[in-house]
Amino acid sequence: MEYLIIIISAIFVNNILLSQFLGICPFLGVSNKLSTAVGMSGAVCFVMTLATLVTYLLQNYVLDPFGIGFMQTISFILVIAALVQMVEIVLKKVSPSLYQALGIFLPLITTNCAVLGVALIVVTKEFTFGGDAHMLNLGESVVYAFATSLGFGLAMTLFAGLREQLALSDVPKAFKGIPIALVTAGILAMAFMGFSGLV
Amino acid sequence: MVVCLSVICLVCSALLAAVYAITAEPVKAAAEAKLNKAISQVVPEFDSTPVESAVEVDGKTCKYYTVTKGGELAGYAIEASSSGFGGAISVMVGMTPDGVIYNTSVLSHSETPGLGAKCTDPAFADQFKGFDPSVKSLSVKKDKGDVDAITASTITSRAYCAALSNAVSAFKAIVQADASGAADNVIPSEVGNSK
Amino acid sequence: MGKFQLITKGLIKENPTFVLLLGMCPTLATTTSAINGMSMGLATMFVLVLSNMAISAIARFIPDKVRIPSYIVVIATFVTLLQFIMQAYTPAMYETLGLFIPLIVVNCIVLGRAEAFANKNGVVDSALDGLGIGLGFTCSLTVLGLVRELLGSGSVFGFKLIPGDGILCFVLAPGAFIALGYLLVLFKKLTTKK
Repeated sequence: MEYLIIIISAIFVNNILLSQFLGICPFLGVSNKLSTAVGMSGAVCFVMTLATLVTYLLQNYVLDPFGIGFMQTISFILVIAALVQMVEIVLKKVSPSLYQALGIFLPLITTNCAVLGVALIVVTKEFTFGGDAHMLNLGESVVYAFATSLGFGLAMTLFAGLREQLALSDVPKAFKGIPIALVTAGILAMAFMGFSGLV
Repeated sequence: MVVCLSVICLVCSALLAAVYAITAEPVKAAAEAKLNKAISQVVPEFDSTPVESAVEVDGKTCKYYTVTKGGELAGYAIEASSSGFGGAISVMVGMTPDGVIYNTSVLSHSETPGLGAKCTDPAFADQFKGFDPSVKSLSVKKDKGDVDAITASTITSRAYCAALSNAVSAFKAIVQADASGAADNVIPSEVGNSK
Repeated sequence: MGKFQLITKGLIKENPTFVLLLGMCPTLATTTSAINGMSMGLATMFVLVLSNMAISAIARFIPDKVRIPSYIVVIATFVTLLQFIMQAYTPAMYETLGLFIPLIVVNCIVLGRAEAFANKNGVVDSALDGLGIGLGFTCSLTVLGLVRELLGSGSVFGFKLIPGDGILCFVLAPGAFIALGYLLVLFKKLTTKK
């Protein structure tokens, strides 16, 4: 039950793109075409879940016991950067077809603030899923990260679909490109606000 | 290549450790100042340093601070929380020794700005000054209580009331614990009877 | 390019928000009021100036292959320094900006300037470049914050100008996107007329 609440909350209520504003750069940057948006979402899903798992362990079994919490930001970003590199190398060897689909997005993910953001949220913020405020445990953290990346994918695909339509419509000249995309995102965010209070 | 990267990492972490050591004091002082400010806002005037203790309520531990004036008990500042619309609402609740809420102050919340976030406005929070939970009911008027809810933010208002109710039950537990502790010292036989 | 131009180009010609469209996450998330937007801009400027200086000083000793990781380490160090300083001396603002302070590490503006400017130029020029881009970022965040605060809660820098509640939507998430979209149009109009 608690996992279900986490999943609904992360995908709809606290959608990472539309209500928390993390990962806006790829949201605006690679949402021109539906196919690239799906590819990016897949890559983010993969890296975010893995990165959260590793950084959670790092925080609880290395940083906290040794009292070096001040290395948090620096170690997390290095772990994510290294992980992205590793995923790239492994994918290239193991599954060339998946690499072709996700490959070009992987280097972009290191500087995707959604990945670092979720890793930091999980180890610093208290959640109120199922009543009391508490820190997430390992299982919950991974589920939360996975669900968040699904929410990322959902918003991304919806938005890319809308932008494909927008490209064909008659938009005032000054609004062409990013401005109308932002206004569209605003309306999409408004629609997602309807989910608030659900959990 | 590896050497270069390790040198950079070493220098950086040394720098960080140094600055951490320098700022650790002010960071702690800032956190303490914030806590003390929250405590002094919610309890009557006092001249002691607040004493931190914890009490167990329904299997949950609840932190509270005892303050005294001239050796006499002046009140308790109880940290209570509940889940609101956007996340946890954490409130510092001041109680006088006779069980009346003296004042409340929000420690942290993540409610919607402009709606639920109004729980920090005096217009809402001031109705709890001198609120006697034994006479009035700590729930919003919609739920047949005595609390005026924030317009369009019933969930936040309910959460605020729930946090306060938690504080009130914590207060009862504190009084009970104190009474049995005192009884322990004075007439030990009484304790056996009260069981 | 003159020293003065290094500073002013960030305001209009290479404005990081309105022209280059970089660093969108803090731009949208922290501009619920003018003062929050300005603080976020200044925090970013602090990191930008220091990391630009440090990177321009050490760039020629770093082998090309580990360039990006080294830059990230340097930037993350300054971000953590900023975290300590803010926690110690402006705890309230640190709490308001929250997650977005550590996230300066992945702000594309900072790494972008390191790659595009600091590793090819001297320490002084890099510092000025960081100052200029940082100023541009601060100004745009303040303007966006100003607009959202005025429309959303009817006040400017915390002073109530319009009585009543304002259009709540502008303080919330959707308003951020919409306000930025319209400001982009306005900026485009104003700069192309010149």
